[in-house]
Amino acid sequence: MAKTPVRFTLNGSETALFVDGGANLLDTLRRGVGDLSPKYGCGQGTCGTCTVLIDGEPHLSCLTLAETVEGRSIETTGGLSNGADLHPLQRVFMENFGAQCGYCTPGMLMAAKALLAKNPNPSREEVVEAISGNICRCTGYEPIIDAILATAGQMRGRVA
Amino acid sequence: MLTVETFDTLAQAAGAMTPESRFLGGGTLIMRGVNYGDQSFQRIVRVRDRSLREIRSESGRIVIGAGATMADVMAASETSFLADVARQVGGPAVRNMATIGGNLFAPHPYGDFTTALLALDASVRLSDGSEQPIENFLSARSSMRGLVASVSVSRPMGDEFRFRKVSRVKPKGVSVMSIAVWLPRQGGRISQARIAFGAMGPTPLRAKAAEQALEGVNLDAQGIEQALSVATAGLSPMDDSLASAWYRNEVAPVHLRRVLLGEGNR
Ligand SMILES: Cc1cc2nc3c(=O)[nH]c(=O)nc-3n(C[C@H](O)[C@H](O)[C@H](O)COP(=O)(O)OP(=O)(O)OC[C@H]3O[C@@H](n4cnc5c(N)ncnc54)[C@H](O)[C@@H]3O)c2cc1C
Ligand code: FES
Ligand code: FES
Repeated sequence: MAKTPVRFTLNGSETALFVDGGANLLDTLRRGVGDLSPKYGCGQGTCGTCTVLIDGEPHLSCLTLAETVEGRSIETTGGLSNGADLHPLQRVFMENFGAQCGYCTPGMLMAAKALLAKNPNPSREEVVEAISGNICRCTGYEPIIDAILATAGQMRGRVA
Repeated sequence: MLTVETFDTLAQAAGAMTPESRFLGGGTLIMRGVNYGDQSFQRIVRVRDRSLREIRSESGRIVIGAGATMADVMAASETSFLADVARQVGGPAVRNMATIGGNLFAPHPYGDFTTALLALDASVRLSDGSEQPIENFLSARSSMRGLVASVSVSRPMGDEFRFRKVSRVKPKGVSVMSIAVWLPRQGGRISQARIAFGAMGPTPLRAKAAEQALEGVNLDAQGIEQALSVATAGLSPMDDSLASAWYRNEVAPVHLRRVLLGEGNR
């Protein structure tokens, strides 16, 4: 069976590989490229833990046909930290106990990153809306919402 | 194994469709099928043509390309009257992917955006250039040949158009039902009302008896009484994990009343 070539940038690095017909982006990232940061939860769009950014916007990688990302820019949680230097979202999630089992965390972080890039000063309601496609079975959401609001405050403080 | 065929234009894609093919919109429904081993199709057909995603005004009507996403509708100034409808489809990631074209085919309980288009008397343009009223399109969609190129609507005035999605989980949750109404008025009285229900039948459906009962009445508790009493005539809701058909029929007039009178919180 013929494979299709696909090229994109992943966290800033040029990436090229061959995919099977019907392969989704999540499998392609995890098995093809070896970026294990986006997780598989449901494979049907419900849980959000596979959320990645495509050209800065959140998408469900399990429902994205891999070859449609040709030429586009993909960001995953794997690219958030700079070596041991965590991204502010990651650090503040840790400080606020925004992760318990951690399975939802990669999706939460990417949804939050997309929100803060567009809206550096979100209301609590806007945060709730931004993560409304992401299910967390552990935290009860409050620590996650607090963490995103706190990160927004810190990032604004740094710019000012 | 699946084959994916990519074309430059919609016409080419339409020519390549077979009974074993599915045309790819945003893929939120198709890829679910792929991931779960749906064997009803062997080929995915897609187009690269970005113009399928355009939203524009054309001789007094707003034309929305079949490939426009819910997020595109929320962002475009031409479709500001539909932004609140698009915002109620899934979460942010779904809205970046879900297309208007795909919503036209989405099975129960989906099709919230299509419900709004039905109340607005939208017209559906196919890849061969032919146009048809959305109501005819919906009743024949399962056997449709060809692809959808765009839909067009005229912009409703002020508060003539209203939409409400009834769901159990906020802010994101699948519809128990959605209701869209278009209430043009003449001299204060309703004339040619449109009422559409989503998740109350195999496709979004119009409540025609209720529409007729609104003809010439004032938009107040007394004026809408008759319409509420026939609200579910012609609808055929089903049981699902969210609600039984019985429950849907019972609460439909309550929600319709709230939409018509602008009462209650979502
Ligand atoms: C987590 C989640 C939440 C959701 N919430 C909602 C919701 O709140 N409300 C709602 O209405 N829906 C919801 N959906 C369902 C779905 O996302 C939407 O209905 C969406 O609009 C479908 O569009 P798509 O482009 O993704 O469809 P696709 O999966 O690409 O296609 C769906 C069907 O339409 C056909 N099709 C697509 N475009 C065309 C065209 N131009 N011409 C001919 N045929 C075409 C395809 O062949 C396929 O059969 C949800 C889905 C998920 C995963
Ligand atoms: S794995 Fe993609 S939404 Fe659950
Ligand atoms: S921390 Fe366990 S699912 Fe969110």
